[in-house]
Amino acid sequence: MAKRSAPEVNAGSMADIAFLLLIFFLVTTTIETDSGISRKLPPEQEENQPPPPVIKERNLFTVIVNSNDELLVEDKVMELKDLRAAAVAFLDNGAEDCSYCQGAKDPSSSVNPTKAIISLVNNRGTSYKRYIAVQNELVAAYNELRDRVATSQYGESFTSLEARYNDPRTTQENKDKLKPKIEAIQELYPEKLSEAEPKKS
Amino acid sequence: MSKFNKKKSGDLPAISTASLPDIVFMLLFFFMVATTMRETTLMVKNNLPTANQVEKLDKKDLIMYIYAGKPVDRYQGTYGTSAKIQLNDKFADVGEIQDFIYQERASKREELVPFLTTALKVDGDSKMGLISDIKQELRKANALKINYVTKSGDAVKMN
Repeated sequence: MAKRSAPEVNAGSMADIAFLLLIFFLVTTTIETDSGISRKLPPEQEENQPPPPVIKERNLFTVIVNSNDELLVEDKVMELKDLRAAAVAFLDNGAEDCSYCQGAKDPSSSVNPTKAIISLVNNRGTSYKRYIAVQNELVAAYNELRDRVATSQYGESFTSLEARYNDPRTTQENKDKLKPKIEAIQELYPEKLSEAEPKKS
Repeated sequence: MSKFNKKKSGDLPAISTASLPDIVFMLLFFFMVATTMRETTLMVKNNLPTANQVEKLDKKDLIMYIYAGKPVDRYQGTYGTSAKIQLNDKFADVGEIQDFIYQERASKREELVPFLTTALKVDGDSKMGLISDIKQELRKANALKINYVTKSGDAVKMN
């Protein structure tokens, strides 16, 4: 039997395989993006502004954080883990004309979610991570209520509606459909979070 | 019989390396796409706090980054251990933030300026005094859209 040489491997399709892999990786890799809590700062106050409207004490939910990272909520010391529930109870109280509220209708708490304001006061010595944790809990309280009302009205949670709206793959047509829904929910539970300038010492 | 004896040489034929450039280019493209360029070298400690109610920051070209925190060990001898602000590649004073914002605005196309967001990458152990100073400066510069960049995780347990 004669010794046969190995036939040459055809390398013509190698480039195809290479491009296939390249395209696969291109499609599957997501470039790391930052994420965080978005806020809007109030514009700079002009001089001789009209005095701010008087807000009833019952519509104000005061959260004070001191330099030891301790919380004082409505004049009571509170643990961070209880803040979300307390904020939800305050916002969702709905003592007057609020058909979608499920709160206790306590006459000493907020009138209506559209009037309820959360006021956050920091100390200059408060640590940043505590501040972020408090912000996170307050945003979570709003999201919880918005999710609830969105699920009962549209059968989809508010966060998922918003995620779909912000997704670049959503078509313009769908976005136009989602936008009024999101705005309606935001109107039911507007995010009214006021921040005072931190106190010294 | 002779037609089976045509190839006599017993050497293995060389494997074609014609596709090697393809493979190399493929790897090159892959890494070009997947790597995010860090434009600034961090000179401050940047252990971000955690939160779970977060929004994604898309459109990297529309973000201005402000870093703050304690200087890293290498710079502590020169700059001390108190928390500092870093803009681009150098330590900055609170007063320089406004100029920084104006410069960043000038470098962007005019129609994109209203969409600019300031991302605050601040070390979790910093004090709020510094952050509120930064926020006051941003208000003065009328850069009102901000984002506190965080890691994702449970905010109550981790902080």
